[in-house]
Formats: sequence, C-alpha cells, structure tokens
Amino acid sequence: MTTVYIPTPLRRLTAGASKLEVEGSSVGELIQAVDAQHPGVAAKILDADGEVKRFINVFRNDDEIRSLEGLDTPVGERDRISIVPAMAGGAATA
Amino acid sequence: MAHLNRDQLVELAKSEITEITADQLKARLDRGEDLTVIDIRERDEFVQGHVPDATFVPRGHLELQVEQYQSDRDEPVVLYCAGGVRSALAARNLKEMGYRNPISLIGGFNGWKDAGMEFKVPVVLNDEQQIRYSRHTMLSEIGEAGQIRLLESSVLLIGAGGLGSPAAMYLAAAGVGKLGIIDFDTVDVSNLQRQLLHGQKDVGRPKIDSARDRIQDINPDVEVVGYNVPLKSFNAMEIISEYDLVINGSDNFPTRYLVNDACHLLDKPLVDGSIFMFEGQVTVYDGTGPCYRCLYPDPPPPGEVPSCAEAGVMGVLPGIVGSMQALEAIKLLVGFGEPLSGRLLMIDTADMTVRTLRVDAALDCPLCGGRPTVTELIDYEEFCGLPSLADYPEAVPEPA
Repeated sequence: MTTVYIPTPLRRLTAGASKLEVEGSSVGELIQAVDAQHPGVAAKILDADGEVKRFINVFRNDDEIRSLEGLDTPVGERDRISIVPAMAGGAATA
Repeated sequence: MAHLNRDQLVELAKSEITEITADQLKARLDRGEDLTVIDIRERDEFVQGHVPDATFVPRGHLELQVEQYQSDRDEPVVLYCAGGVRSALAARNLKEMGYRNPISLIGGFNGWKDAGMEFKVPVVLNDEQQIRYSRHTMLSEIGEAGQIRLLESSVLLIGAGGLGSPAAMYLAAAGVGKLGIIDFDTVDVSNLQRQLLHGQKDVGRPKIDSARDRIQDINPDVEVVGYNVPLKSFNAMEIISEYDLVINGSDNFPTRYLVNDACHLLDKPLVDGSIFMFEGQVTVYDGTGPCYRCLYPDPPPPGEVPSCAEAGVMGVLPGIVGSMQALEAIKLLVGFGEPLSGRLLMIDTADMTVRTLRVDAALDCPLCGGRPTVTELIDYEEFCGLPSLADYPEAVPEPA
C-alpha cells in the first residue's frame, strides 16, 4: 500500500480524508485506485488526454513526476504521493 | 617574571611583530592583495571613519573573534587603532595565538588620515536602534551589518490581507526600511478573522490606511508607501521596479501570473505564498530555480479551484504562511541560510504535516526557459479565461 496525500480542494470527494492507502505499481495506477474508491478524483487531476492537468503537480516523495517518468513513475510501498494544485487564496471571482 | 612598565611592554610588542606605514598598507591594498584589515578601536572611534574594507572588531573582542575573519594563521592580519600602540599590543597577542604575521599600522588611523588616504564613514545603528534590534544583531548571521542591510532594503507586499498582514508586521518589526503595500480594498468585518493589520475601528477604511497606521505603530523607522490601486500590466513594472523584493499575498490567479512575470523580467526575488482552507504553500522564485509558470504552466479554468471566499480559510493559517514569507524575505535580503528556492513547502494544518517538495525549472518554460515566448507583460485576465479588464487609467496613480 502506498500513501496518497489528497489536497484540500479534493477532499470533498474523499469524505474529508487527507490521505489514502491504495495499491498500485505506478503513479497513474494509484490515481485510478483512488478514483475507484472515490469516483471523480481522477477527473480532477487528469485532463481529457489522461495527462496531469497543467495547474497540478504530482510528486513521488520529494520529486515532481514530470522529472521522473510521469504517470508511469514506479511506486513502492514506502513512497508518498503528493498532489499539489495551484491555489490562489481569497477572491471569489478568480 | 620581570615587571614591565607601559613603554617597555609596547617596545617588546613592537619588537615581536611587523609594523608597516600607511603608504605601505595602501600600496599593498592597491596591488589587490587580499589582506585582512581589522579596526580594533572602540565603536565611538570607528563610527567617525575607518580604512575602507576594514572589519570592525573592538580590542576587547579581538582574540575571541579574529578567527571568524581570518582562520588561516599563515595569512597576514593587519590591525590598526588610533595611533599604533593598542594595535601593536594586540598584534603581539595574535602572535601568541599562532598567527605568523600579525601587522600593526604605524600611526594608526590618524596616520592613515593624515597621509591623505581615503577613509569611509560607516552607516551604523543609532543608540535607539541598537536596543530595538539587539536580538537580531546578536545573531551572527545578521549582526549589525545585516541589520543595516534590512534598514536599507525595500519590500513590496502584494495585498494587505491574510498573508500581507503578518508579513508586513514582521518585516516592519524587523526594520525593513521601506514597505510598499498595494491593495485597493477597504476593510470589511469578515476580514478581521485573520487580517491582523486591521481592527474593528478600521472597518470601511482603505486597507492601505489601516496598514500604514499599524506599521508605524510597530516601528517608526519604516517608511510605508501605499498604492490604493489594482496591480495590472500597465503599472506593475513601474511599481515593482522600486523595490528590492516582492512578497506575493494576492488572492487571484491573474495577479499571481502578472507578479511572477514582472518579477522575472525585472530580476526581483519573489516570495510566494498561498492558502486554501487548512493548507498553505510557500516558495521562493529568485532566478536560481523555477518560476511560478514552471510549476503551473496554465491557470486552472475559472471555477475549477474554489476560492477561500467560497470554501473558507482557517484564520491562523495565513498567520503561519505569511510569517514564513517574511522570514524568507529577511533571509534573502540579509543573505544567510537556505531560501526556499527550488523547494515548495506545503503545510497542512489540519493534520499538521509539513512537506518540502523539490521543484525544478522547466526547460520549456515560456518565461524563464531557453526559448521564452513571454517577453513582456500580457493581459492576465484573458490568460486566466476571465473577462479582460483592460480599462484602467493609463498612469500609475500617485502613492496614497
């Protein structure tokens, strides 16, 4: 099982859970495994082409997966996956 | 042990060390020799003027601190006082510490000055400032020189809200000489849950006015420049160019891209912070790592990421994130420690976890990559999929 940290904006979809333990051998598989438990999560992270949206960064441990093998980046039991979306803060208009 | 009188002791010291004249010292410095020159006089003497590039270490601290300035005992160390007596005695002590070539300046600073050599009058903290900033100056990473750098620095805060409040208050307390604050909002009761620059009595006032009052109460050393205008492409370059560093506490994506681009184009370090509900992010964009566009090449479509106004924010969170931004700014301005450049700090205050993630510059970044396509400011509302807001007055309004 690998730990996936869920960013605050997506916790509406995970019943408030800030981290989930899921099975998978790559980052992409982990995202699908989270989506199987909490439908809708993958659509928030991935675009129509199945790539990570360009205002979201996904990390395996301390490294962004674009600098590794993208969604194919292999993961092990002790890895931590962080999903980091752009956040702007206050205003309601943007 | 033989008893020596004053003159005998000085003679003994001079016989054991090297003495050079002002002309000789000048010639060696002019040749570009990397000489450690230490002014060992008292503070009230030093502040009247000193040999350029001399380090100030008063006689009473010399043996305790000399290794900070020259640790290699084979290298020469030039000491001077006012007339060449105290420095001869001090040089002899360095010899006892193993320094092979301690040198005393004949005639001291007076001799240097009388020979018509150039000297420098240092900027120093006044008596009140020495007390006010004593907890800083006793940190060797800051010291008096670092504190003076802060007093001579300027920081622009984008927004006087949740992040800008703690950042402005700590930077003011730290003695950053000039704080620019850009915000065209007025204080609302719903701000007071987290925006500590403003109080109940300020409701309805422009935020820059209550910010100025609060900052001047914290530290009258600080000059506050308020800009009661929106930051847009037409005024960003002119305003940002006036400052050494920018702290981003803006609350919308167009301004985040605008500030990132302008800071990159002007080569100004940017300390970025953002918050959402219980979670915060802090990083530094200073040209040595990625920029905001490297991390987030495209903005989220409008409505995709909920705002704090819609989802709420824990009031203490901007206090933490904005304080971290102030700390990063102070590190960058003084020049110590390891700034968060190339690292994204994430804090989740709900489970109180902090992660520091490595972030790299994107080679294909349209702004800071090898072949930039963004070479001037653009229409950021349009870029973020919002109605274009191009209709603002052309000139930069006078600072309020």
